[in-house]
Amino acid sequence: MTLRLDKLGVVIAAIVAYGALAAPFATFRANRIMSGEARGILEALPGWAGVLLLFILAIAGIAALIKTPALVRLGAAAAALVALAVLIGVAALHLTPEGNSFARVSPASGFWLMLFAFALAAADALTRLQLTPLARIGALAIVVAAIWLLLALGGWDGLSILKEYANRADSFWAEAGKHVTLALGSLAAAIVVGIPLGVLCHRVDGLRDAVLNVLNMVQTIPSIALFGLLIAPLGWIALNVPGAAAIGIRGIGTAPAFVALFLYSLLPVVANTVVGLGGVPRAANDAARGMGMTDGQRLFKVEFPLAFPVILTGIRIVLVQNIGLATIAVLIGGGGFGVFVFQGIGQTAMDLVLLGAVPTVALAFAAAVILDATIELAERAKGGVA
Amino acid sequence: MIEIENLTKRYADTAVVDNVSLTIEPRTVAAIVGTSGSGKTTLLRMINRLVEPTSGIVKLDGVDNRALPGHELRRSIGYAIQGHGLFPHRTVAENIATVPALLGWDKARISARVDELLTLFQLDPADFGPRYPHELSGGQQQRVGVARALAAEPNVLLMDEPFGALDPIIRAKAQEDLLAIQKRFGTTIILVTHDMEEAIHLGDKIAVMDAGKLVQYAAPAEILARPATEFVETLIGTGERPFKLLSLEAVSEAVEPGRAQGEAIPATATQRDALAELLWSGRQALPVKGEDGADLGKVTVKGLVKRAARPA
Repeated sequence: MTLRLDKLGVVIAAIVAYGALAAPFATFRANRIMSGEARGILEALPGWAGVLLLFILAIAGIAALIKTPALVRLGAAAAALVALAVLIGVAALHLTPEGNSFARVSPASGFWLMLFAFALAAADALTRLQLTPLARIGALAIVVAAIWLLLALGGWDGLSILKEYANRADSFWAEAGKHVTLALGSLAAAIVVGIPLGVLCHRVDGLRDAVLNVLNMVQTIPSIALFGLLIAPLGWIALNVPGAAAIGIRGIGTAPAFVALFLYSLLPVVANTVVGLGGVPRAANDAARGMGMTDGQRLFKVEFPLAFPVILTGIRIVLVQNIGLATIAVLIGGGGFGVFVFQGIGQTAMDLVLLGAVPTVALAFAAAVILDATIELAERAKGGVA
Repeated sequence: MIEIENLTKRYADTAVVDNVSLTIEPRTVAAIVGTSGSGKTTLLRMINRLVEPTSGIVKLDGVDNRALPGHELRRSIGYAIQGHGLFPHRTVAENIATVPALLGWDKARISARVDELLTLFQLDPADFGPRYPHELSGGQQQRVGVARALAAEPNVLLMDEPFGALDPIIRAKAQEDLLAIQKRFGTTIILVTHDMEEAIHLGDKIAVMDAGKLVQYAAPAEILARPATEFVETLIGTGERPFKLLSLEAVSEAVEPGRAQGEAIPATATQRDALAELLWSGRQALPVKGEDGADLGKVTVKGLVKRAARPA
């Protein structure tokens, strides 16, 4: 029996080899804005742990390199990811001198490279396993639970990002709430407005091109410019419309951020509604009319169910886009995770930037996995056309 | 009874249907034949008001079809189209239940009717009811499409090229099934087709449309014997005419007294089938047997050839 190499595995193994042997595993800094000193795996970890990690990485790297069953690849990648996650926490505690609350330890390039490589290996293995949508959501739940467990047990308490979190625990959750409210709220508004608008565009000839062109133009306005453009009209509304100021409409703050995200969300929702409705088979529409469905019955019983997966794809695009875009709401005082990102940039404290960026990326990723699975389920419900 | 009076449909300056009048007797099959663009589908769609006429009246059993709102009218008229138009997101049973559900029938009545229709169309309700349309063959989809059109027991069934997407063998079977069901329910059927053969086979009367105008409306034998215009003649295909004429009548009409040798032909077969068998086997006469196997007499080449000649 000859061992055959896996194409993607070669890349993964090369990245892991470089990350483990040549790149630093962790960075140590005397305080949060000092420049760091790089530490390799064996320097960063207590002796036994460093050897163990190298051993696990070697086994997992080999499992990826040669052709192995998908379940073995998944198991190896998962084991490597767990080892990396747990031991970076151990490294943080090991490198921080006893009682020193100024020193900062953060993951370095080697850690990130290996994390990327094994995440890629795990994703590839999951794809090869062709999991059902529900199983994919289950896998996501396991990952979330594992991270929550590590956080709850304090496994990462020594890491710089969690030291930043500890200093800002209250405002972190307040900003998280604002971030999610902004992203989901503007999405909800875009659905409420965009789907009827899409239906209208579908039914009324001539309206479609006009509406889609305007929305296309809105998409091209840079977000900062859009904030600027919104200050005047929203300020005017706050002054002149009774009750507007009371519900929080102002030229700066959450209102313009919400409106901007809403405007950016409209194009994908409207366009996908139009495309979805346009894709409904002519014969099905004709039969629906011929059998005596009213326009409303035809819309809700035939057109929407058949267009649903496409509309949902639009909603997925918007949700992932909004979770990312909400980061810049801070520019106009709208809050959200962007607060930490921009404070961090201002203070050249990369740990603080990560405190804003990591949850944003994690949220967007989770939203994408969940909605992709939902879309697949919706397509099955449509009649199983795979 | 369906009375169409001076029906016209114009789009801009073109009359797609131009001043058409015809009456369709209850419990009969009327076939509307024409080339594409002749206005036959538009004429059909004005009966259930999928298309509103520019002028003219359609009366169903004496009542103007504008007496009810369009969607309510359409619930009382069966509608089956080419490519069946089944809803891909609904099961076969749900598809068939569409109109009864719109009419607010109770669940027990709907499911009894669905089972009855599936059985009638030779589809096992337990097996086919829960399937989705894409899990059926073309012929099965077509049968479900017709079953769906008949679900609410309509007196009138409109069909737009219902067999257009089927291969010849399944098509012949579907045509026989349709005739059997028409006899059983006494449904008045108006069927649009571009195929004269199909029209002759299925129609009690044939309406020939050309460029929006009704050029002839008559029984198949009449159309074959006396085509009103050259266009009708072309549609029939003059080379096929005698054989089409023979295909209209059963062997039982052509039986002569006497005996013949060889294998018998059933009295229910068409005279065209009998002539084909005679020519193919090189005989001059065939024995004819009844359904009970009794000897009824014979058919002869001479007799059939006489019958295939242009009627006086």
